[in-house]
Amino acid sequence: MLTRLLVVTLLAGLGLSPALAAPDGAKLYGRNCAACHGETGTGGIGVPLALPSFQAGISDDYLRKTIRLGRPGRVMPSFDHLDKAEIEAIVRHVRGWNKGPAATYSTRPVKGDPVHGRQLFGQYCAACHGANGEGSKGTGVTFSRPRDLSIMAPALHNPGFLAAATDAMIKATLMHGRKGTPMTSFLKQGLKEKDIDDIVSYVRSFEKQPLPESAQVLDVESPVIVRDSSYDLKTTVENVKQAVTTNNFFYGRVQTLEYGLIEPARENPKQVIVYFCNISLLNQALAVDPRVGMFLPCRITILERDDGKVQVMSVNPKVLSRLFNNAELNRLCEQMSESYTRIMEEATI
Amino acid sequence: MNTLMKWMAAVGLLLATIAPAAAADLLMVRVDKLFPEAMAQLQSAISSRGYTVTRLQEVNENLERRDFKSDMYRVVYFGKYEEVKRATASHPTLIPFLPLNITIFAEGDQTIVVASHPQALRRLFPDATLKPLFERWEKDVVAIMDDVREGK
Repeated sequence: MLTRLLVVTLLAGLGLSPALAAPDGAKLYGRNCAACHGETGTGGIGVPLALPSFQAGISDDYLRKTIRLGRPGRVMPSFDHLDKAEIEAIVRHVRGWNKGPAATYSTRPVKGDPVHGRQLFGQYCAACHGANGEGSKGTGVTFSRPRDLSIMAPALHNPGFLAAATDAMIKATLMHGRKGTPMTSFLKQGLKEKDIDDIVSYVRSFEKQPLPESAQVLDVESPVIVRDSSYDLKTTVENVKQAVTTNNFFYGRVQTLEYGLIEPARENPKQVIVYFCNISLLNQALAVDPRVGMFLPCRITILERDDGKVQVMSVNPKVLSRLFNNAELNRLCEQMSESYTRIMEEATI
Repeated sequence: MNTLMKWMAAVGLLLATIAPAAAADLLMVRVDKLFPEAMAQLQSAISSRGYTVTRLQEVNENLERRDFKSDMYRVVYFGKYEEVKRATASHPTLIPFLPLNITIFAEGDQTIVVASHPQALRRLFPDATLKPLFERWEKDVVAIMDDVREGK
């Protein structure tokens, strides 16, 4: 009692009441979740969190773990910068949309026959969740999928999902379905509870398989690709423009880094940026994930150092895979990384 | 002791196999405003923190010129001259990430604004001398995004 009084007095001294010091769930949700899940949980890029059948089917712990771990490679990031109290505040805010009692699930494993479960999975689940539980195509971001579905079939193979969902929760979803989404009750489709246990045990067996490609983001050895040039600054700039063209891009503007920051006469002429693009590739990248625009158009910097040496450098496009947590970008990022390296080597050697 | 070591090794192995999703290195805001209004608000929020908007990349116009359909889409570049000059003089490999930028695009009657969280730069460039700069950018970019979200 005395300790509590002391804490209250100290907080009051700092101009904070305990209520004010507690994290604001609505604000945290607005800042971290609303862009994808909608201000009122109506969904969009992410799951419609306010959907009554979703609220009825998930536990608080599923929400906590999902926020903490995210879904590797499937856009939903890991909010590892939020502390326990902040995550709890978000969970309480999201639970404010729940009209019924919160579901709680046993953590006990469901026993079943994964071999039979696999067969049933292929027959009943694979059409939506993918042959190997990789989830429906598209990562849910804006125009990468039709907007007429309120929810995408989740990637059951994803380690974030498997860590967040207990067997009992997966079983309940299979038994009752999720009203308002294409997920129907499998009891109503004629399966027996034993069959459902078998499917659950097959889904759980994904944990023992290697990490699926859809859950992998690219690792980079360095965020920047750098090459030394054998030429002077002016020649290297011309070489980059030439190499860009021969690699199926067109170059646009050539500017200094300080363009627009200071009057032209004071710009540092030894930091030059060549901007280039391939519109078809741009369209492909934006269709996979419209957020990649922040790294477009493509650009290579040519720099003359104080010792007179010239270098070319660019962002390593592989960093985008991790930044956007989107495994569907991996192929494009690797392709772009190869193109950048080729252009830079052609221009400098 | 032996059992404890085995148990710890098993827990370590389990933790190692749960690959975490990439950290939330993006700041995203969806605003219930049409693109032009959200765009004006974004530029005002950037300028009010002392940054100069250096360029607006017209992404949708470029796509439409090649007959690809696109909604309004811009990349807003901004920076502070002295900051950029000092940071790139000591750390030239920062140049490819500068000037800072924020992407803004329409989605129907709403607008989505996306920025790379400067904490991502902290991870990519762990040099301690850059920490104060990244922290300043982090504070400003978060505040800019908050302004857009709250309609200030």
